[in-house]
Order: sequence, then C-alpha cells, then structure tokens
Amino acid sequence: MSAQTATKVETATAVPRILGERAPKVTARNVDIYYGEKHAIKSLSVDIPDRAVSAFIGPSGCGKSTFLRSINRMNDTIPSCRVTGDIKVDNKDIYARDLDVVHLRARVGMVFQKPNPFPKSIYENVAYGPRIHGTASGKADMDDIVERSLRRASLWDEVKDRLNSPGTGLSGGQQQRLCIARAIAVNPEVILMDEPCSALDPIATARIEELIDELKQNYCIVIVTHSMQQAARVSQLTAFFHLGILVEVGDTDDIFTKPKDKRTQDYITGRFG
Amino acid sequence: MSDHIVKAYDEDITALKTLLAEMGGAAEEQLASAIKALSRRDATLADQVIRNDDRIDELERQIEEKALLLIAKRQPMARDLREIMVTIRVASDIERIGDLAKNTAKRTHAISEALPRKLSTGLARMGALALSQLNKVLNAYARNDDIMGMEVWRSDEEIDALYNSIFRELLTYMMEDPRNISLCTHLLFGTKNLERIGDHATNIAENIYFLVHGTTVSEGRPKKDVTSMMNPNED
Repeated sequence: MSAQTATKVETATAVPRILGERAPKVTARNVDIYYGEKHAIKSLSVDIPDRAVSAFIGPSGCGKSTFLRSINRMNDTIPSCRVTGDIKVDNKDIYARDLDVVHLRARVGMVFQKPNPFPKSIYENVAYGPRIHGTASGKADMDDIVERSLRRASLWDEVKDRLNSPGTGLSGGQQQRLCIARAIAVNPEVILMDEPCSALDPIATARIEELIDELKQNYCIVIVTHSMQQAARVSQLTAFFHLGILVEVGDTDDIFTKPKDKRTQDYITGRFG
Repeated sequence: MSDHIVKAYDEDITALKTLLAEMGGAAEEQLASAIKALSRRDATLADQVIRNDDRIDELERQIEEKALLLIAKRQPMARDLREIMVTIRVASDIERIGDLAKNTAKRTHAISEALPRKLSTGLARMGALALSQLNKVLNAYARNDDIMGMEVWRSDEEIDALYNSIFRELLTYMMEDPRNISLCTHLLFGTKNLERIGDHATNIAENIYFLVHGTTVSEGRPKKDVTSMMNPNED
C-alpha cells in the first residue's frame, strides 16, 4: 500500500487501560479512506483490543461504518473507494496483494443492521460458511458445528426443533442471532457489527447485548452503534468519530463519564449543533 | 457550556439547580437564626428555626425526585451525569446542615443564664465563620467555580482552630465551677454543630471540584480539630 501524506490529525491519546490487559488484535495506522473525491476517514490510527468489545460512536456520516467495513475489506465492493495506510489483523497487513479476501472475511465476520438471513433453512444458514470454506468433515461434524454455533448465539433452544424451517420465518431478534450464528460458524477471530440492534425491540436488543457480552470472552468484537447507552453498556473501548476524524478513543468508563475532548462531551451529552 | 439539542433537558436541569439554590438559601437563613437564637437566648426565634427545618427536608425530597426522574428520562452522560449526582450529594449536605442548625437552636431552651462574654463572642465568631463558609461555597456551586470552592475547602481549618480554642475555654469554665457544666455542655454541642457545618461546606467544595474536573480532590485537607485527643488534666 502506498503511504500517503495526509493532514496530521490530533486524536486524544492516552493509552486506554483495556489495551494494557488485552493485546491489540486490529491495528490501524495513518489510515485514509476516500469515496472518489470525498475524504471519509482522515489519518486514523487506533488499536483494537482482542477479547473485548470496542464501540465506534459518532453522528451519521462521521466515517465510523466506513472504517468498520475497511476492517474486512467490505469497501472493496465500492469501486470509487480507496484505502491508504496500514490496517493489520494479528500484525498481518489485510490489504496485502497476496491476501485472500474470502479467507479474510471468514476470519473477520460481519453482522449488519438489518438481519439478512439467506432464504434457506435455519440449518443451511449456519452450514453455508463452513461448507464453502470446507471446514466440516462430514455430516456429523457439520451437525456439530451448526449446533455449537446456534448455542453460542443463544438461539439453539428456540430453533432446535425446526432446523429445517426457513430462517426468514424467525422473529427479527432471532434472525439477528441467526446471522451471528452464521458469522461464528466459520470460527472468526473478529466480529464486526454495524448497528446490530437498531431494527430490534428492547427485549431482542437485550438478548443481543447479553450475547455480545458472552462472545467477547473469545472474540474481538467491534460494534458501530447510534445508541450511546448501548456503547456504554457493552463496550470496554469507545472511539468517537466526527467528520472523518477519530476525535477521541479511550476506556468506555472514561469516555462516558469524563471525556477529554469538548466535541466528545458535546456529542454524548446531546449538545451537537 | 452550550445548550442541549432538546430544550426541555436544559429546563429540567435548571429547575433542579433552582430548587437547590432555594434549599441552600433556606439553610443559610436557618443557620443565621440559630446562631442568633443561641447567643441571645431567644426562645421564640429558636422555635421558629425548629419549625422551619421541615421546609428544607421537603426541598431535599423534591430534588431527589426530580433528579431520579431526570436520570430515567434523559440518561445523562459525562458532565450532565456528574451534575445530577452532585446535586443529590449537595442536597444531602445541605439537609444535614439544616439539621445541625436546628439542633443548635434547640439548645437555646436548655440554657437558662446569660453566657459569659468571652464565650458569647467566641460563639458569634464561629457562627459568622461557618455562615460565611456556607455562603461562599453555595455561591461557588451556583457559578461552577471550583477555585472559589477550593478556597472554602482550605479555610475550613480556621473553623477547626476556633473550635479548639472554644473547647479549651469551655473546659476551663467547667473545671472552675461544676455549676457551669450544663451550660458549657450545651455550648460545646452547639459549637461542635458549627464545626460540622464547616465540614459539610468542604464536602460541597469537593463536589464542585468533582463536577468541574471529573476527578476527586487529590490534595489532603489539613485536619485541625484535635479535641478528640484533648485531656483537660494534661494541660
């Protein structure tokens, strides 16, 4: 990747305590992202801890989803999109020429705002990933992966008797948990969630949050959310984006009680003009 | 600090702070009257102080109710959250100050003879000092002025020093003539109440600091009330 000289951007940077406890899983250095002429992310550097939840917050259009999607190269599908700088997962450049993007997306899974199960059975939704990646050895193994993934996604008890019914027939919250089961069926290391609860009712939201809490024992989770309360509840690290700039990143406990930057303070207290 | 996008949020916070200002004003009045009642042995005024304490308790209840509702409705964050928490804490300090003023006033009834002059001036000085500390700290709070708050915090030792000297004085009177014991004991409790009020003022000062900075005061306050270790027979 070509290094590009961009405007130097100040981010409030005391090393968050969570990074003293958890090694960084994803590291970004001097990342700039463009959509054609639009400079969507400006000189961003951040470390995202493993086995913890990191939340990206900020007003619409601040670049948080853009950056999230660059972590598994989802932006590759947008022709005008250009990414410069370094993004590494486990110290490996994910924009390296010889990198297999399909393999990357298995390691870095994604859950979207609207639950989007395939128009297939519940079983097939979960089995799809392991099948295309060839990670299951036979029917029994596949059954095992499907059950394990559904259990991890806290959905097993609700669907075990109807694995062959269509995934689209589930409730919204169940569909979202099915999508999470589908993402973890391929044994990812990082799970990216782009507003995973914004289409769900409070009870379904609580179940997803409970699930995120459990999943963080094993995965590096990054969540984009418009709900400040949700960010405060589920994450250990919070990053605040504004106008393409990572304004402040820190331990969630600090960001929501004593943020350093005035822009963060204004945003989280509902004062953004 | 700029306004919230939702105007009603600002109105809620303003209403809360207005109630607290009213409560603080009431406590100042109560304290002034209690000191006057005790030093002049004015039983009518003392009764009035005792009755008026209910108003302060009622204000505290209203503040708590409003604060809880605000948290439930707005889910305050960062400085807003500290603002609400500090309001609750300050209200609780003021409520205690009200109780101490009331207790000071009550002692008026127990004192039958005129106070010796030296004691009455000591009491008046200490009362004036406590009142001024309370007044300053409430002003500092109303203005979010942590520097002014810390001045109050540091000058608490003056009250402590004055309390120590009155304590010694009272001991002397009691040793001179056991008939003074009843009077002196009541005065001792009265001045102790004033010393406590000073401590509550420093609590409020610490809360102003927390509100502004998001951290607690790190500097240690010099503690000058040493009467708990005093023995009259050693003097």
